[in-house]
Amino acid sequence: MPDPETLHDRPSAAELVIAVREYLEQDVMPSTEGRVAFHARVAANVLRMVERELTLAATQTAQESERLVQLLGHEGTIRELTIELAKAIRAGDWDTRQADVHKCVRATVRAKLEVANPEYLLAGDEQ
Amino acid sequence: MPRIRIDEEHVAAACTRHFSSDTTIANLRRLSGGASRETWSFDAIGADGAPQELVLRRDPGSSIGGTDRSTEFHLLRAAHSAGVPVPEVRFLLSEADGMGAGFVMERIAGETIPRKILRDDQYERARDLLTSQCGKIAAQIHAMSLDDLPALPVQDALTQINQYRAVLDGFGEPHPAFELGLRWLEERAPTNAKEPQLVHGDFRNGNFIVGENGIRSVLDWELAHLGDPIEDLGWLCVKSWRFGNSNLPVGGFGMAKELLDTYAATSGTEVDEERLRYWEVFGTLKWGVICELQGFTHLNGLVRSVELAALGRRVAEMEWDLLELLDA
Repeated sequence: MPDPETLHDRPSAAELVIAVREYLEQDVMPSTEGRVAFHARVAANVLRMVERELTLAATQTAQESERLVQLLGHEGTIRELTIELAKAIRAGDWDTRQADVHKCVRATVRAKLEVANPEYLLAGDEQ
Repeated sequence: MPRIRIDEEHVAAACTRHFSSDTTIANLRRLSGGASRETWSFDAIGADGAPQELVLRRDPGSSIGGTDRSTEFHLLRAAHSAGVPVPEVRFLLSEADGMGAGFVMERIAGETIPRKILRDDQYERARDLLTSQCGKIAAQIHAMSLDDLPALPVQDALTQINQYRAVLDGFGEPHPAFELGLRWLEERAPTNAKEPQLVHGDFRNGNFIVGENGIRSVLDWELAHLGDPIEDLGWLCVKSWRFGNSNLPVGGFGMAKELLDTYAATSGTEVDEERLRYWEVFGTLKWGVICELQGFTHLNGLVRSVELAALGRRVAEMEWDLLELLDA
């Protein structure tokens, strides 16, 4: 679906990434071997990751922000709040609210995996 | 730094020098390996015409963490004398060889690729033997006398926890999941009442040369240090080293009880599952930090590589495994 908030022409950023990934999978991988073929496959997987990030970014950002604001009780950027949380955990400030922290951190890591490697969340087998 | 070329001429000259006998070289080729280490396979043919199957292991540039090649050389020699299955080392490269830091050792035939070891029919018998062999070999390594070893750093749990915190701070990226793991590990850190023992540091599926009858050799001693030996057993059980066989915690081939029983039989040290779990959590965190480090090896421009870049995003997998372990 065309992005209503863009000035750029088609293909969109996501569509360009798909074009490069298909080139790697369909042209580069079959006609190379060894290290080059291996790295082409890694590169194609990286582009799949980028595709997922472009699709999920807006929703994930909103949810992450809401989670962190709720846990920490004040506004801030995701980076600021995450740094604050990491420091507080290290200092032991959250030892008495383990359950809340674990729930929040787990949701964050789940969101990261939905982009980085969603298959990892299924059964945990066969990466 | 000038890039050193490895060719038959240089390798032949080095062998001639160290074997004190005219040597020619055949079949020199680079084996696949890490970005920070180079491994070359070759045959050395002496004056008597008999070929020796050898491996050259060297640093392409400056080393990132870990021991230097000379330390690894002396460790392998000590391990071999102690009866641990390792390749026999032949010589340490010298300045005159012009190939940087490295050493030459015998080449052991067999498989190191974990997925083949875990799935190929050829290794069916080996798979039944690997767990008990790991228990026995780990015990042999841990029993090695410190008097026979090169200088190694003492790294107990707390020392390493602080090192990982410093490494993470150096990258400047916050990781609440790692912080939860580090806090958990800190609160439960074993107090080392016993003298530190030799820890291999990378004792896992992928660093074993395996044949039909199981482990022929233990490789990659570059992370060796002194500390709590159970670190090796926990690392062996880290989920990433099960390569998909997640219901077989020991390297994707065995169960913890068999590992601990065989370890106890050789070492006399009974290890409870809680202690093993501590070091499994520790190993999961360690592998997560290493993935981040590899991602930053790319980002810092030390080694530009799409493979290293991708590892940066694998950090989330280790964070997930860590939370699964902590919440279990």
